[in-house]
Amino acid sequence: MPLDTTDHSYVIPGATGDWEIVVGLEVHAQVKSNAKLFSGAATEFGAEPNTQVSLVDAGMPGMLPVINQRCVEQAVRTGLGLNAQINNFSRFDRKNYFYPDLPQGYQISQFAHPIVGEGEIECERDDGSTFVVGIERLHLEQDAGKSIHDLDPNATYVDLNRSGVALMEIVSRPHVRTPADAAAYVRTLRTIVRYLDTCGGDMEKGQMRADVNVSVCRPGQYEKFQETGSFEHLGTRCEIKNVNSLRFIMQAIEYEAKRQIDIIEDGGEIVQETRLFDANTGVTRSMRSKEEAHDYRYFPDPDLLPLELDQAWVDEIRVNLPELPAQKRKRFVEELGLSEYDASVLAADKDRADYFEAVLAGRDAKLAANWVNNELFGRLNKESLSITESPVSAEQLGGLVELIKDSTISGKIGKDVFEILWEEGGDPAEIVESRGLKQVTDTGAIERVIDDLIAANPEQAAQVKDKPKTMGWFVGQVMKAMQGKANPQAVNEILRKKLLD
Amino acid sequence: MTKFSDLTLHDVLAGLEAKDFSAVELAEATVSAAEAAQGDLNCFTVIDGERAKAMAESSDARRARGEAKLLDGVPIAMKDLFAVQGVETTASSNILKGFKPEYESTVSGNLWNEGAVFFGKTSMDEFAMGSSNETAATGPVINPWRAQGSTEKLVPGGSSGGSAAALAAGISYGATGTDTGGSIRQPAAFTGLVGAKPTYGRCSRWGVVAFASSLDHPGPFGKTVKDTALLTQVMSGHDPKDSTSYPGEVPNWVKAVGKSVKGMKIGVPKEYRMDGMPGEIDKLWTKGVEWLREAGAEIVDISLPMTKYALPAYYIIAPAEASSNLARYDGMRYGVRVEGDDLTDTYEKTRSAGFGNEVQRRILMGTYVLSAGYYDAYYVKALKVRRKIFEDFNLAFEKVDAILTPTTPSAAFGIGSKADADPIEMYLNDIFTVTANIAGVPAISVPAGLDASGLPLGLQVIAPALDEAAMFTVAGAIEEAAGFTAKPEKWWG
Repeated sequence: MPLDTTDHSYVIPGATGDWEIVVGLEVHAQVKSNAKLFSGAATEFGAEPNTQVSLVDAGMPGMLPVINQRCVEQAVRTGLGLNAQINNFSRFDRKNYFYPDLPQGYQISQFAHPIVGEGEIECERDDGSTFVVGIERLHLEQDAGKSIHDLDPNATYVDLNRSGVALMEIVSRPHVRTPADAAAYVRTLRTIVRYLDTCGGDMEKGQMRADVNVSVCRPGQYEKFQETGSFEHLGTRCEIKNVNSLRFIMQAIEYEAKRQIDIIEDGGEIVQETRLFDANTGVTRSMRSKEEAHDYRYFPDPDLLPLELDQAWVDEIRVNLPELPAQKRKRFVEELGLSEYDASVLAADKDRADYFEAVLAGRDAKLAANWVNNELFGRLNKESLSITESPVSAEQLGGLVELIKDSTISGKIGKDVFEILWEEGGDPAEIVESRGLKQVTDTGAIERVIDDLIAANPEQAAQVKDKPKTMGWFVGQVMKAMQGKANPQAVNEILRKKLLD
Repeated sequence: MTKFSDLTLHDVLAGLEAKDFSAVELAEATVSAAEAAQGDLNCFTVIDGERAKAMAESSDARRARGEAKLLDGVPIAMKDLFAVQGVETTASSNILKGFKPEYESTVSGNLWNEGAVFFGKTSMDEFAMGSSNETAATGPVINPWRAQGSTEKLVPGGSSGGSAAALAAGISYGATGTDTGGSIRQPAAFTGLVGAKPTYGRCSRWGVVAFASSLDHPGPFGKTVKDTALLTQVMSGHDPKDSTSYPGEVPNWVKAVGKSVKGMKIGVPKEYRMDGMPGEIDKLWTKGVEWLREAGAEIVDISLPMTKYALPAYYIIAPAEASSNLARYDGMRYGVRVEGDDLTDTYEKTRSAGFGNEVQRRILMGTYVLSAGYYDAYYVKALKVRRKIFEDFNLAFEKVDAILTPTTPSAAFGIGSKADADPIEMYLNDIFTVTANIAGVPAISVPAGLDASGLPLGLQVIAPALDEAAMFTVAGAIEEAAGFTAKPEKWWG
């Protein structure tokens, strides 16, 4: 039995006793590819409406889908990144329903035989602790177009640019027990797909969105479900469609759980249904009930052959997988000696991790981590910049770290140099050289300054023996006199010798 | 000089090469004949004299430069299921009225690339659903053939009835069709023509309005087996735009025609001898067996035990796929739209107005068999039958090189004669042809004789997958032995 890392502490007190929640998520992740799943049309975000539409995407008579091998490869790569079973045989089915933004009258998806089966991922919470969520499956499917209802009071417009874009639907097991863990799960997925470069992960651009399944149960019921695998121990679930931010996922779950509890405690029953989350009001409302649910009439798409993968090809993708965030975090701790916290912060985002590793380049890991995590990220946050927009490059920051490490400058001067790099740019070594910021390690020079100070302040010097803390005043004065360039260690040492011995 | 209408495709090629006539002369004569016959036969949905002339002019120029290709200058009638760029393509349905594709189907493109001349599109059963060409939005097509001493109008068969009628009337020299359950072979049999359906995947489905994707087979009609072999050869070929397209090379099938059948093993399946089958059909079949035996083939009695389940399975699989394939005709992007009160109302009004009864019937059947709760009982079971039929053929082809059967259970029947009958009676027309679609194997109908009233009957040759050569060889032997030269007496304009 693996260690239970699930957070079961989320309890909602109701009028009739405590309640817990059970959450499972279906995340739709847009495959990073130049062309659509079954056509050569482009997939770029933000193009003029209906400019990226092939005859296939528009559902013209006699048009046929042809699988984009790149999308298959991306799905396999993602499946491997989720530690999941890759199904060497999978198949495309048609999911039939009518809607104006669905030109073919069906969506090509994988219903009975998905390309990726069971897997699991280790998710990370904000505090650095981790928990495991089971993956039920990942399948490839086409996105629909977009209906635009607000351009005209009497008409709906349709933009087919998204029609046919490849999506990976990643279905989790109902292993999530708190709203925060739901967000942590999606955040972890996002990190993984961004590391794998299989999905942009930008929720604002619709590259990732989640359908959230929520039910409530009494304490102890979930454990029975875990033991038996039987859903009868759990409450009836409602599915909240298309939630497009981590914050909304948490809000939607919180609201939905309370809504369900209120109904049950008022003597009602939960109706299985599909709901929508209104981000403006923070509530979920019914979209369609189970009775109104579509009968999608799934059947194998006769226009496509089954997808049969060559094991050697899958193995090759596996061998070439990049290091994933969980592995990286572990390596940062074990091999670089970073703290769990520093390692987590750095590994949580691929761009940050890449930046850090470029700063590192054989230099002192702790010092590099410290500078990236504190100075750089602090400054970027303050100015609302992303790591890719940093005015200080990894090479520059690396140079700075090196100057501090070999005592060319002090940490304090380092901050000044960082400021110059940020504002003006330049080479850190050159800046230090040309502006005379080099640390003075010449003990003779330091001694002369100290001697002058002691001579000028004999009473304070005498005090130090009784009150050793007052030595700090002398340190400050030496630094001031030497414009901060004195090697602090040397200053301390000489002072101690002269004042304490 | 011989009348154009009596020429075969190979005659036409020889005449063009000998400069007996030019492609432009031929095209003009073809267009005139088409226009003259249209009032009586109603076999065209589009006649395009302008494009015919332009294509014929280029063809003459090519031939003058010595660059004539395989079909250079030959007018070919196109079934209205094939997208022809810039030409109204409706699948004989109101719902696609006015639709002019901006693309060319792969098969028609293959024909034009070999110099064939487009002059018109032919009527068909709406969305290829039918066996009599009576469900076309533009009204029934009339068979050029009539029973002796009768003026009753007969059906040309379907769904590719317009193509069959145009070719049988001597208007065209080759024609395209599609065969989902017999839609080339049955009209070929009804009009005294050769009609072939190569192996599934030989002819690309790209740009062909879909009926039932896993059963749709484009193929040609010809006046002779040799003509048909050449047309099949030109229409076939790997198409990366169709995922089910066969990637192998296309052999020279013309060469297979005229080869001896000596030593070939021909299977005669006992399950095709059905209760209530007209004696004439049985007699013709026996004749066919004798012809092949005399030509040196070995006749082998075989069994295809799943045959009786073929038609029921077909009428589950085909409507199921059709119900999904035809979902795109929703009035949103092209074709007809009838505005309703809201979206659902618009869908219902559009599709009720756009689709005819038979199409609606099949959409309903298909929707039903795919519905939750019925899927396993119907669709899944039908797929199992399909697998079994496929295995039947595999087993049979371990023993024989080709199979001989009748093409249809009757000769052409009267227009409207089945109007009040159970739709199943119409579906029974496909009883001998549908198995080859289910298994995806090549099959051909060859005119083999006339019934007592002087109407043509056909024999069917079914061959193993990808062995069209065997099919054409056996078909050629039957053609030679049958010596079928009958032509409909001209009564039309």
